[in-house]
Amino acid sequence: MTEDIRNREAHEAAEKLADYEWGFVSDIEQEFAPKGLSEDTVRFISAKKNEPEWMLEWRLKAYRAWLEMEEVSWAKLDIPEIDYQDAYYYAAPKAKEKLASLDEVDPEILRVYEKLGIPIEEQKVLAGVEGAARVAVDAVFDSVSVATTFRKELAAAGVIFLSISEAIREHPELVKKYLGSVVPQRDNYFACLNSAVFSDGTFVYIPEGVRCPMELSTYFRINAENTGQFERTLIVADKGSYVSYLEGCTAPMRDENQLHAAVVEIFAHEDAEVKYSTVQNWYPGDAEGKGGIFNFVTKRALCSGDRSKVSWTQVETGSAITWKYPSCILKGEGSVGEFYSVALTNNRQQADTGTKMIHIGANTRSTIVSKGISAGKSNNTYRGLVRVLPRAENVRNFTQCDSLLLGSDCGAHTVPYIEVKNPSATIEHEATTSKISEDQLFYAMSRGLDQEAAVALIVNGFAREVLKQLPMEFAVEAQKLLGISLEGSVG
Amino acid sequence: MLRIENLHATVADKPILNGVSLDVPAGEVHAIMGPNGSGKSTLAYVLAGRPGYEVSEGSASFDGRDLLDMEPHERAAAGLFLGFQYPVEIPGISYLQFLRESLNSQRRSRGEPDLSGAEFIKLAREQAGLLGMDAEMLKRPVNVGFSGGEKKRAEMVQMGIMNPKFAVLDETDSGLDIDALKSVGAGINRIMRAPDKGVLLITHYQRLLDYVQPDRVHVLRAGRIERSGGPELAHELEREGYAEAAA
Repeated sequence: MTEDIRNREAHEAAEKLADYEWGFVSDIEQEFAPKGLSEDTVRFISAKKNEPEWMLEWRLKAYRAWLEMEEVSWAKLDIPEIDYQDAYYYAAPKAKEKLASLDEVDPEILRVYEKLGIPIEEQKVLAGVEGAARVAVDAVFDSVSVATTFRKELAAAGVIFLSISEAIREHPELVKKYLGSVVPQRDNYFACLNSAVFSDGTFVYIPEGVRCPMELSTYFRINAENTGQFERTLIVADKGSYVSYLEGCTAPMRDENQLHAAVVEIFAHEDAEVKYSTVQNWYPGDAEGKGGIFNFVTKRALCSGDRSKVSWTQVETGSAITWKYPSCILKGEGSVGEFYSVALTNNRQQADTGTKMIHIGANTRSTIVSKGISAGKSNNTYRGLVRVLPRAENVRNFTQCDSLLLGSDCGAHTVPYIEVKNPSATIEHEATTSKISEDQLFYAMSRGLDQEAAVALIVNGFAREVLKQLPMEFAVEAQKLLGISLEGSVG
Repeated sequence: MLRIENLHATVADKPILNGVSLDVPAGEVHAIMGPNGSGKSTLAYVLAGRPGYEVSEGSASFDGRDLLDMEPHERAAAGLFLGFQYPVEIPGISYLQFLRESLNSQRRSRGEPDLSGAEFIKLAREQAGLLGMDAEMLKRPVNVGFSGGEKKRAEMVQMGIMNPKFAVLDETDSGLDIDALKSVGAGINRIMRAPDKGVLLITHYQRLLDYVQPDRVHVLRAGRIERSGGPELAHELEREGYAEAAA
C-alpha cells in the first residue's frame, strides 16, 4: 500500500465519522516502519533515530524481556485481544530538511494545532508572534518533534528541554543515568513494550537551584492509521529546582483501535518540585464502543531527595480504555506526593485509574483527590494504593474519592489498597458516590441553562477541587472538555 | 400576562392540582395563599417546568405563548423567574459563574449579545448591594454554607440580575427575620413593580404582604382556587385561619 493511498483512506475514515468534533486527519506524509513487531522493528526504529549502540542494546534487552511477559489482567477492564503484529510501530512526518525555526514548520501542522484548539497564547507562540506568553511548546507531532520553541531562553537558564531522541544524542550521560531508573524496563507489560519501541517523547532537565522560567507543554497527536504511540518522557529535577510540565492531547477520528503505551518518569532530587499536569482526550470510540484509543500508561515519580515534591494532576476524558496510575515513590525524608484526578467516562468507555503512594522515607506526606464521573454505559474505577513501609515514621496520607453517576447504566467502583507497616502513620480515606441531582439540574435550568450546559456546570463544580490545581489555560480547556465529553449523556 | 386555565397536574400519579384558573395581568402582583399541602409549590413547579410534574389537563400561557410547551430554560429566557422555597446548592460553582452563564444563555436565546465579565460583575455588585448582601458572597459556591435567610436573599439578588418579566416566588418569606423580610419586600417592589411585569407571590403567611401589597389574593385549597379577593382577604385569613376563611 502506498502512503498516498493510506492517507486517502485515513481521510475517508475521518469524513465518514464526522460526529467526533476533533476527529480529523491531517495530510502529512508518513514514513512507516514495516508492520509488526520483531527485533528488526526495534532496529529499524533505533536506526531511523540515529541512535547510539547503547540505546539500541537497551531497546533490544527490553524487547526480549517483553516477549516473556504477559498482559495485565487485574484491572476492571474488558480489553479486546491486541494483535501486536498488526500494528505499525513507527511513523514520522517526512522532514524535507532540518527546521531552523517555527516559520519553517509545515503550515499543515500549524493548521492541526489550530484545529486542536490550542490556547491562543500558545498558537501565537507557534506562529512566532512577538511578545507571546512564555509557554514553551515541544510539539510532538506523530512521534517526532518538529518544533521546539524558546529553546534559547531555556538554555540560558540551563534547562534542557528536548525531544528524547535529541537528548539521547546530545546528552547521553544524563539519559543513560536516568532512563529506566524510575520505571524499570520489566516494570509491567506495557512499560516494557514502550522501552523496546518508544518512538519519541520529551526530555527535561532542570539544573540545581533553577526555577524553570516558563511552563513546559507538549502536545501529542496520533496521526497515522494503525500506529501505536509509544511516548517516552523523562523529567529530571535537580536539587532545589522547580518545573511545571503540561501534557495535553486530542486524537483524530479512528475506525480501528489504537494502542498507546506511554511511559513518564520523573526523578526529583533534594528540595526539587515537579508539577505534572495532563489533559487526556484521545478518541474514545463511538457511542457503541467501536474504535477508540487503548491508553495504557505508566507514570511514576521518584521523590529521591529529602523534601522533594511531585504533584500529578490529570483530567482524563478520552480513550476507549484507560489504564493509568501516576505514582510517587516517597523515598526522601519529608518528601511529598500529590495526585489530583478527574476521570470521565461516557458511552462504552472504560477507565481503571488511580495512583500509588509508596512511603519509604520518614515524615513523608501524600494527598489523593480523585473525582470519577460515569455516564452512558461506561465503567469507571478508582484503584489506589497507599503503602507505608516499616521504617517510614510519621507518615500522613489523605485520600478522597468521589464518584458521580449520570444515568443508571454506568458503573463507578472504588478500590483502595492500604498497607501500613508502621504504626505511627496517619491515614485518612473518604469516599462518596452520588447521582447527579435532579434538584440541581432543575435549579440550573430554571435560571436559563439548557440541559447540557446545566450538566456541564454541575460536573465542573464536582471536579473543581482538581481543576483548580491546573494551570489557568489548561483549566479553561479542561472545563470545556468535561462539557463536550458529556454531550448527549443525559436525556 | 400569565393566564392559567383549568390546570390539572399530578406528581407521581397523584393528582395535586385539580383545575386551577388564574389570570395575572401585566402590572399586577397576585398572592396565592393556602394551607400546607394545598398545591402551592406544585403550581410554582408546574409553571417553571419541573420534570415529574405532569400536566394532565388545562393550559398555561405567558405573554400569549404556550408555557407548557417550553423547556425550563426556554421559560427562563422568555422572562419567567422562579424564586425557590428551598434554593439548591451547587458545590464548586460560584454564584458569579453560575449567574453569568445563566444570564448569557438567556440573552443568547433572545438574540442579545453576551455580557462581558466586567459588565456582569458590575451588575451583580449593584444588585447585591441593593439587597444588602455583601458582594463578596457572590464568589462563594451557589448556596453552599448559606443560612436559610441568606439563600432567600440570594434568590432575590438573582432575580435582580435576571430582571425577569414575571416572577413566581415560592415562600420567599419563610426563614427570614424581620429585617431581611423588609429588604426582600423592598427588593421585590423595586425589581418587579412595573407596568409591564407581574408577580405571583406564593406564601403561607400574610406578613410578607405588609411589604409587598398584592393587587389580588387567592386562596388555594385541594388544588383549586377556592376564593379570590383584594388585599383585605389576606388579613382575614391571618385573623381567622384557612378553615374559617374558607367557610
